[in-house]
Amino acid sequence: MICRMLMGALLRQRGRVLTITLTMALGASLATAMLNVMMDIGDKVNQELKAYGANLSVVPKSVSLISDLYGASDDGAQENAAPEKYLAEDEIAKLKTIFWAFNIVDFTPYLQISAKVSGPSGTVEAQVWGAWFDKHLDTPTGESVDTGMVRMKSWWDIEGAWPARDDPSGAMIGASLASKLGVKQGDRISVAAGHLGEAVVSGVFHSGGSEDDDLFVPLPLAQEISGLRGLVSKIDVSALTTPENDLARRAAQDPNSLSRHEWDTWYCTAYISSIAYQIEEVISNARAKPVLQVAESEGAILQKTQLLMLLLTVLSLACSALAISNLVTASVMERSAEIGLLEAVGASASEVSFLVLAETMIATLAGGVAGYLAGRGFAQIIGHTVFGSAIAAKGLVPPLVALLVFAVTVAGSLPAIRLLASLRPAEVLHGR
Amino acid sequence: MNILELKNISMIYGSVRALDDVSLSVGQGEWLAIMGPSGSGKTTMMNIIGCMDRPTAGSVLLEGEELSGLSPSSLTAIRREKVGLIFQQFHLISYLTALENVMVAQYYHSMIDEREALGALERVGLKERAKHLPRQLSGGEQQRVCIARALINYPRLILADEPTGNLDEANEGIVMEIFRRLHGEGSTIIVVTHDPEVAEEAQRIVFLEHGRIANVVRRDA
Ligand SMILES: Nc1ncnc2c1ncn2[C@@H]1O[C@H](COP(=O)(O)OP(=O)(O)O)[C@@H](O)[C@H]1O
Ligand SMILES: [Mg+2]
Repeated sequence: MICRMLMGALLRQRGRVLTITLTMALGASLATAMLNVMMDIGDKVNQELKAYGANLSVVPKSVSLISDLYGASDDGAQENAAPEKYLAEDEIAKLKTIFWAFNIVDFTPYLQISAKVSGPSGTVEAQVWGAWFDKHLDTPTGESVDTGMVRMKSWWDIEGAWPARDDPSGAMIGASLASKLGVKQGDRISVAAGHLGEAVVSGVFHSGGSEDDDLFVPLPLAQEISGLRGLVSKIDVSALTTPENDLARRAAQDPNSLSRHEWDTWYCTAYISSIAYQIEEVISNARAKPVLQVAESEGAILQKTQLLMLLLTVLSLACSALAISNLVTASVMERSAEIGLLEAVGASASEVSFLVLAETMIATLAGGVAGYLAGRGFAQIIGHTVFGSAIAAKGLVPPLVALLVFAVTVAGSLPAIRLLASLRPAEVLHGR
Repeated sequence: MNILELKNISMIYGSVRALDDVSLSVGQGEWLAIMGPSGSGKTTMMNIIGCMDRPTAGSVLLEGEELSGLSPSSLTAIRREKVGLIFQQFHLISYLTALENVMVAQYYHSMIDEREALGALERVGLKERAKHLPRQLSGGEQQRVCIARALINYPRLILADEPTGNLDEANEGIVMEIFRRLHGEGSTIIVVTHDPEVAEEAQRIVFLEHGRIANVVRRDA
């Protein structure tokens, strides 16, 4: 009978029911979109910012010390070829074995050499970097990773193209060096530093920075020319990080100053300092230097954006609850005689409340489902217009939205139920 | 034994004495009419008898059971078991069919039984309109659905507050015919009415005035 009463109420008062459904759908769609974007935005903003470079730089300890002491940049490394001034190339894959391996998004090793570079219009002394352009790597954990400059320098403006994977001589040349040498895409250049090597220009780039005077060649070629086989001078790492807090800053100064418990918390959180610490644990003789300013602003932007979205979600749901409470209260008032009648034939106030709540719940649940689906669409629109990419559907969102719909319904029905409890059938049935 | 005893009932709303020291006994199977000018306390009295309200003072005995000290939920239970209510404004649930409106009373009383509900509609001559919504029925038909609903749980006491007040003469005739039949079957009926013709049918007419019983007319056939 309850079912028949609910069916009757829902099907034969479609207007009223649809208004409630629509109100809930609106709130739920906003909540879904905001929650989805909010949960995905962490990755999105990080990826956006990652495009502007690495946030960790791994260098040999000795080099790090010298540059820390004298504030000098490390150059001319190959003249004094002591191995402790370099990192071992075969250790790079270990980056993917640390606790926060999944937060390490991209990385590229560089071997820096000074060399004489010759092209059609002459020879110049220039910085030459051996690097990974587009590298496929099988990690010790059995994963395969594709990384390299293609991913980390994605904002470079390029005439031509990045060298193909496994091209042994393809090179990227900075625009100002290219004009000094009079080379363009497809031209041959020679590089001399101890040994002589040959490269073919695959692309000319504008980075807007000092790199425009440099030449980038495949790492094996640079190692051959310089005689530094299996060595690299630094590794740039792009990692997804948790915003820094007080604990992270203290740890960055001295991890040993933390209590056991604090240390565990810090180690198991993706702070840039703990990721750096973990990188130093796996790569021998290395110092991982966070590029802190970038990491911090990333975290701040992220937190503010997420706060804004949370606020919007709360607001939209509060509006839904208010609107629903108005609709349900109006409906109870309008039907006060019917409610009095139900009580007159023996229904208790709680039974009638249940009926009203169930009726509202069915309407809002339908609205919740419709709103969720629409919200998924909104999230995609936001993703494409704001972040230029799709927003992943987060598994946590449907149960969360269901819970919110439930809460909004109960909150929205509360005033109506209180009104209902105060209705006196003796009065409403005689039109008072 | 009397089915109903009112002893020194008073009902006071603020400064209004809606009922003022009223005592009344109604016998099993009796048909009683209550008349009186508007505001004389007829509805107030019906609410008290029908367990919808509790008097300010005095005691009510329904089948020997004292009502005045009971909680609202116990009153609801007694109303459900013993009383059938009929109202001037019908009060059907707009989104349920005639049949479902009758079944609602079954549901809150005990168990639904569609055949029995159909039987009740048949007794008031509305079997064919069972699947109609209230707005598809005329006023008289709606009142007959209300009567079917009031009868469905075999109440000991039928209370009707101006049941024909909103009906034309033809429908009034049909409703009175149903009351006559119910009375013949042994039901106790209390009808509030303005209409002397309706009151004439009862065995006893009680006149209320300013919350007091002004006169009682016995019309033993
Ligand atoms: N709930 C109430 N609150 C205040 N006054 C009431 C209430 N119910 C009835 N009254 C008053 O009690 C008196 C009797 O009302 P009522 O029993 O409805 O009269 P009748 O049904 O005979 O017209 C009237 O003066 C009415 O205004
Ligand atoms: Mg009245």
